[in-house]
Amino acid sequence: MRSSVRSKKFLRLFVSYAILTFVAVAIIYPLLWTIGASLNPGNSLISTTLIPKKPTLDHYRELFAGKESLLYERWYWNSMKISFFTMLGSVISVSFTAYAFSRFRFKGRKNALTLFLLLQMVPQFSALIALFVLAQMLGMLNSHWLLILLYIGGQIPMNTYLMKGYMDSIPRDLDESAKIDGASNTRIFFQILLPLSKPMIAVVAMNGFTGPLGDFVLSSAILRTPDAYTLPIGLYNLVNEVMGASYTTFAAGALLISIPVAIVFLMLQRNFVSGLTLGGIKG
Amino acid sequence: MSHRKMALCLSIIPGLGQWYNRQWAKGVLFLVFAASFLTAFADLFNMGFWGIVTLGTEVQRDNSIFLLAEGIIAVIVALFGLAFYCFNLWDAYKSGERRDRGDRLNTLKEEYHQLVEQGYPYVVSSPAFFLLVFSVIFPVLFSFALAFTNYDLYHTPPAKLVDWVGFDTFLKIFTVDIWRSTFFDVLSWTVIWTLVASTLQVAAGILLAVIVNQKDLRLKKLYRTIFVLPWAVPGFVTILVFAGLFNDSFGAINHTILAALGIDPIPWMTDEHWTRVALILMQGWLGFPYVFVVTTGVLQSIPEELYEAATIDGASMFAKFRYITLPMVLLAMAPIIITQFTFNFNNFNIIYLFNGGGPAVPGSTAGGTDILVSWIYKLTMQSSQYALAAALTILLSLFVMGIALWQFRRTNSFKEGV
Repeated sequence: MRSSVRSKKFLRLFVSYAILTFVAVAIIYPLLWTIGASLNPGNSLISTTLIPKKPTLDHYRELFAGKESLLYERWYWNSMKISFFTMLGSVISVSFTAYAFSRFRFKGRKNALTLFLLLQMVPQFSALIALFVLAQMLGMLNSHWLLILLYIGGQIPMNTYLMKGYMDSIPRDLDESAKIDGASNTRIFFQILLPLSKPMIAVVAMNGFTGPLGDFVLSSAILRTPDAYTLPIGLYNLVNEVMGASYTTFAAGALLISIPVAIVFLMLQRNFVSGLTLGGIKG
Repeated sequence: MSHRKMALCLSIIPGLGQWYNRQWAKGVLFLVFAASFLTAFADLFNMGFWGIVTLGTEVQRDNSIFLLAEGIIAVIVALFGLAFYCFNLWDAYKSGERRDRGDRLNTLKEEYHQLVEQGYPYVVSSPAFFLLVFSVIFPVLFSFALAFTNYDLYHTPPAKLVDWVGFDTFLKIFTVDIWRSTFFDVLSWTVIWTLVASTLQVAAGILLAVIVNQKDLRLKKLYRTIFVLPWAVPGFVTILVFAGLFNDSFGAINHTILAALGIDPIPWMTDEHWTRVALILMQGWLGFPYVFVVTTGVLQSIPEELYEAATIDGASMFAKFRYITLPMVLLAMAPIIITQFTFNFNNFNIIYLFNGGGPAVPGSTAGGTDILVSWIYKLTMQSSQYALAAALTILLSLFVMGIALWQFRRTNSFKEGV
């Protein structure tokens, strides 16, 4: 009896570890492979091995060599700028809007919430032609600021929903007692709700920052010259010019953006996981 | 005639009703606002309304598409004006009503304070609202309008004019043979893709979370860190990396892994079925961490007593999973699971960046793995079938909204939300 319980437990743990190891390898392998590719000499991947025989930093140097078709540094800063301001803008606009929806009952509130729910299901870029025409009419092709405004606008519906759900879970007694003490609405917002919503702000900030980094469609419609490109467009073109030809350089460029983003993500993770679990579930 | 009716009639010209109610300053404010609104936007209205009706009459001079855009902006601005106008009528009526009852009217100062108090939610949400109008609502309306025009390669301004054609484009989707067969091919793959890829990522996420959450399992922290990595790395990077890994001729999957196992190279990028398999596996890889993280949170909130009671009753491990863990997790995560499905339905990046929706299908504008959104993108950017793309966008939006609303209704979790 005893030994059968034990062997059952052993079997369960053995299977568990086997599955986990398999998944872990499946996750780490592509990442290691990219590192390997970025250090391999030559342009082609055919000779690429996971651990390069003659590792070289040539591809990293090439990124910053300032070639006309490879303005990596420029793209990097463009991406950082766009991501940063999108993050800032969406945190500000979303938290105020969510505050209004969570704490006030006003005319049009329900309709606006339904509108938000519907809008978050229509992908913004399905209106690609419209955004392109808009950019042309405003004379803002290649404008990063236009792109930033479009990103912020596109993120409002979903993020407002998340943030509102989170704020709804903060007891109203807190702000009501502050109101009795004579605090203004804005003060209640900044001193009570905002600090308590930190986990969800982390989520919105992360969405704001990574959203533009993951976008290919809007940016490729609006940014038309290489010096205005963001990393996704730049790197995609790098790979697709001649598939394989500059793949190793791409790998180097990809790592330089992925590593910092992943590190920040892992550092902030604890903050936004609690936000997601609570806000997401309450929806 | 009662004061309220009189005030209402007079404020057909904004401000007069307020004057009638002896709210002089407010009346002036309203009148000045209305007048300046009209003068400021007179040109826009004139041009816009003419443009949206005719879409231009003279080649070279008129650009139908710009006219359409101006027309839509004119409609949006006019709606704002109309909202103000209604407010003006309502305000005059309300004040008149108070006079009828013999109540004292508010002074301007009181009105101002009231406005600040009641208007607070409007004021703080208005920047977001304007941004939304400009970056989402205008484009959506524009696409909507385009679907009813004949805007395509052969009707491209400024060389040609565009005309309204009503529901022609929609009819063509269902009557022209190539369009219909492409549409249904793409739609059916979109549905299969959405169902299989989302189910895979949800199932993998939940399963792994449950495995890692076992009490006697070690290295929990390490596994949890590794398992969020696919989420932490920017998605476009991962997809492009996978495009290299899966490459038929030099990719590591054919060259290293399958070769080591003694399996012949698989045509991942050139055979439609294998591309589909690769896409689904990849989406599982990319998508499970989010579900994994959220499930882990839910698991930790399930009370331990439930499991203890089940153990005493002699429940097996699988029974516990089946009757305690799974229902709890699914219930708590219903909205998140639904968003996974809508996300994949519109998951442009993975389809387009991996293999451009390919491999190409002869005689069709859509590749073998194109889903609706990536097909729409190609129609817009590559074959200039703007009207068709817009009509498909409408169909797609209706489809997603319909399903999502139905689902949200079904899973009560939505009720609490609004």
